[in-house]
Amino acid sequence: MWAGAAAQGPLATTAATWALLPGGGQRQAPPEAGPISACAPAWGPERPALWEAAVAVEQEARAPRFLRPGSVTQETGLLCWRGAKMGGPRGLGLGRALLGVMALRAVEHSQEAANGLKEKVLTLDSMNPCVRRVEYAVRGPIVQRALELEQELRQGVKKPFTEVIRANIGDAQAMGQIPITFPRQVLALCVHPDLLNSPDFPDDAKRRAERILQACGGHSLGAYSISAGVQMIREDVARYIERRDGGIPADPNNIFLSTGASDAIVTVLKLLVTGEGRTRTGVLIPTPQYPLYSAALAEFNAVQVDYYLDEERAWALDVAELRRALRQARDHCRPRALCVINPGNPTGQVQTRACIEDVIRFAFEERLFLLADEVYQDNVYAEGSQFHSFKKVLTEMGPPYAARQELASFHSISKGFMGECGFRGGYVEVVNMDAAVKQQMQKLRSVRLCPPTPGQVLLDVAVSPPAPSDPSFAQFQAERRAVLAELAAKAKLTEQVFNEAPGIRCNPVQGAMYSFPRMELPPRAVQRAQELGLAPDMFFCLRLLEETGICVVPGSGFGQREGTYHFRMTILPPMEKLRPLLEKLSQFHAKFTCEYS
Amino acid sequence: MQRAAALVRRGCCPRTLGPWGRSQSSAAAEASAVLKVRPERSRRERILTLESMNPQVKAVEYAVRGPIVLKAGEIELELQRGIKKPFTEVIRANIGDAQAMGQQPITFLRQVMALCTYPNLLDSPSFPEDAKKRARRILQACGGNSLGSYSASQGVNCIREDVAAYITRRDGGVPADPDNIYLTTGASDGISTILKILVSGGGKSRTGVMIPIPQYPLYSAVISELDAIQVNYYLDEDNCWALNVNELRRAVQQAKEHCNPKVLCIINPGNPTGQVQSRKCIEDVIHFAWEEKLFLLADEVYQDNVYSPDCKFHSFKKVLYEMGPEYSSNVELASFHSTSKGYMGECGYRGGYMEVINLHPEIKGQLVKLLSVRLCPPVSGQAAMDIVVNPPVPGEESFEQFSREKESVLGNLAKKAKLTEDMFSQVPGIHCNPLMGAMYAFPRIFIPAKAVEAAQARKMAPDMFYCMKLLEETGICVVPGSGFGQREGTYHFRMTILPPVEKLKTVLQKVKDFHIKFLEEYA
Repeated sequence: MWAGAAAQGPLATTAATWALLPGGGQRQAPPEAGPISACAPAWGPERPALWEAAVAVEQEARAPRFLRPGSVTQETGLLCWRGAKMGGPRGLGLGRALLGVMALRAVEHSQEAANGLKEKVLTLDSMNPCVRRVEYAVRGPIVQRALELEQELRQGVKKPFTEVIRANIGDAQAMGQIPITFPRQVLALCVHPDLLNSPDFPDDAKRRAERILQACGGHSLGAYSISAGVQMIREDVARYIERRDGGIPADPNNIFLSTGASDAIVTVLKLLVTGEGRTRTGVLIPTPQYPLYSAALAEFNAVQVDYYLDEERAWALDVAELRRALRQARDHCRPRALCVINPGNPTGQVQTRACIEDVIRFAFEERLFLLADEVYQDNVYAEGSQFHSFKKVLTEMGPPYAARQELASFHSISKGFMGECGFRGGYVEVVNMDAAVKQQMQKLRSVRLCPPTPGQVLLDVAVSPPAPSDPSFAQFQAERRAVLAELAAKAKLTEQVFNEAPGIRCNPVQGAMYSFPRMELPPRAVQRAQELGLAPDMFFCLRLLEETGICVVPGSGFGQREGTYHFRMTILPPMEKLRPLLEKLSQFHAKFTCEYS
Repeated sequence: MQRAAALVRRGCCPRTLGPWGRSQSSAAAEASAVLKVRPERSRRERILTLESMNPQVKAVEYAVRGPIVLKAGEIELELQRGIKKPFTEVIRANIGDAQAMGQQPITFLRQVMALCTYPNLLDSPSFPEDAKKRARRILQACGGNSLGSYSASQGVNCIREDVAAYITRRDGGVPADPDNIYLTTGASDGISTILKILVSGGGKSRTGVMIPIPQYPLYSAVISELDAIQVNYYLDEDNCWALNVNELRRAVQQAKEHCNPKVLCIINPGNPTGQVQSRKCIEDVIHFAWEEKLFLLADEVYQDNVYSPDCKFHSFKKVLYEMGPEYSSNVELASFHSTSKGYMGECGYRGGYMEVINLHPEIKGQLVKLLSVRLCPPVSGQAAMDIVVNPPVPGEESFEQFSREKESVLGNLAKKAKLTEDMFSQVPGIHCNPLMGAMYAFPRIFIPAKAVEAAQARKMAPDMFYCMKLLEETGICVVPGSGFGQREGTYHFRMTILPPVEKLKTVLQKVKDFHIKFLEEYA
């Protein structure tokens, strides 16, 4: 049975592509197929060049008269590799290929018998089926391929490009953004307190470091913090939220620091999942979405309920669509939570206040726990757009919403102007959460001991930057403004260049760090992709990567309306690289369109 | 199936009076109090309540940070507010948190970390060249030459290579492949990730996970969360907590009646029990795992913490290889290490790694996929891990100071292990096995029948009752044995040996006095 092929929905095809990579298979191996362990060390850089042959063999294997479906799975990749040794896939007839596979398998089996190899305890068949269903396109097969290409370039393999540009992930510093000086100074002082005597550090950084160390066990970052995070930092976060929301109070006891926002999102979702069959928890998530959500829901075996953002209206969220999604979902699950990403990832829209109010009213009426992913709250570029926190709007709507609607809001140090992804800092604020549940959450968090303390320190600086009277104020402000201004300019440029290209249409990038343009793909390209068992936009992105070195993520990894095709590209490359990149991409699209029409 | 799980758990480690039971009921009381104050709320129930939440999460217990630790926090606040107590400070001997207990960080490690965090310091004359060399090397391996970039989900390449080289050295040349190394957010993250992948099946084919009793409660917590079946095997207290293969056999046979035992977890050196496994015993375990087709999890985070002169740490990986190809190419093994223990005690950085052996290539792909959803382990913790596996070598500028600091920490720990064992064995009604390794004493305590009754009247496990009283009367915070599991009718507590020597002496003396008084009070 083809588990991958059976999986439906917008993400189904990426599952198929996982299967093309070693260990990524979604198919069930037949019982008689033993592990081809000899093939593991043989995976070399030459393997992926034989991509198409692998796909072709897989396609052929779907015909049951030839071989049992699935029986070629592990061999597919091996065949590619063998094909490479034999001089390339295109000269390799399919029949010969399959015969080759079968012969190899016979050899493998006899070797296994000779070595006394047993079947493994942990195999694709025996593993956790929920984990197997997890997909995460942002770091999926296309990114693995990008890594391989980088390696090939280093080894001197000739390519039509000189570097791989990873525009697949919102990783600002990897793209050359310089860390903001002040937070790094504070952190260095905390890490190595001998530096507190150094004249090279400004006084306010030292004061800040001393204050943080005072709040740490043994005055050291090396001690565990309490599981919810260093108390003082939670208080600073609460004050930050109050300032942000124009004085609406925030309680430090409602703040839980986390290992990046992802960790907190997964924790809250985990608490919510319960029931069996038709009472299993359903969670509404936007389409397109950030695939952390679909991945976590698959892992928890919860029911993913898609609501579609309106591309024609700059990816606006429409409550009528929420209602439709909810009504349909109630036939087969119990929807209990609604996730909103604002500003949107990958779609970059910034919600209006009126829209947020509508969403809150809807959640209240339908008894849905609200998850507000607000990690891009500092990344709003478009004129007329403003970030409104769900917490603020909720509170200002007054009773009954303010006192009852349950909400969890997430933030992170990975985005905004700091872009400190590697330190894995973040927090969640819970609003109106049941006291006993909060305790359960604390307990669950305590099993993992605590979030990394360096990430907590950077979060502290992010929420309490230097004040106007502090020596570091001017530099900090200048650096912060420079980052945000450049991001705004890049957002604008991206939108412009894409909209000049025929066959590409890009909504305004109002916020966040990505463009998610829609592209037309000619029917013949779609057909070719289908022949290869790939989502058409995956086919496009793979070709783009192979020919230009530009790594973007296909829209199918985020979800999109049937028959539409997109890709997500970050706006993070430095200005001087971004323009040529956008032009190259547009040109490639034109060439691709030409080739298949 | 859930009932079966509950039965197994209850039968083998009494949990009916689980430590979280108390806090739940107090939380419920709090919640109902709130309801009374604001009656309009009662009309509308919350979406997420104790009744409606994920039942697996509700079943999770984690005593190391459980109610006794919450109580310790409350008492600290009271002391701060000037409330009179028979003591002046709370001593948190509940958790292996060396630096919180005053242990100084290793200078070299922190120098490299500071350089990586703030590379302007690379021009500073106050840092040694070998620290700068390492910092430059780590930064060059990071995206954008910054700790602020995401790393590959499996961890920074050059750090994985360093880990592999370290393992090869440690294991006397047995090769380690960087592709088999996964950096993690502390060892806990690696352990729960592997368990997550392993759990499958329903009803009688649900995955069973064998864990030692007493155990480190991360295991039982993760098993609860994954709704897997906990299969207990008992360590032999009368034999210095040794692991006995006959007991493994008994446990697996019994478990097969209601689940599919697929995993065997070993903690060596033991937590909370401090035993160090002999090479022979490891061989027996490996043979057993091979025979029974069990996936082995070797929790080896205390590998640098071996104190007893006649004990030596043997890694499962090394023993596996030396047992020959029948084992070394078949038995699936994951071994875990961490920056939090050893001599560096860098808990806050959340650094760790796991090495997997004989993992199916397809599963490796699944593992990377699963890890990639969380993007990457904290890069600062990865850097800390790098220093642990790649310390200064003879001839390098920092070697002497580094070695001095390392030996001082380990020497001190050995002294404290001995001190603790000696002290406890003088107390009537306390029996303490030798502390061969790790960071804890897990003495057995005699609790008189009257005290057991008093505890039951308060709906508490007897050792929880004991530890609560100890905390309230002396300020010493230790964790009751019921949080780790113990043979029915026996009582223990876990105490770290981490307080500085002088303080440790006082602590032990206070525990002794308390125990004698407790025995008299409930005689």
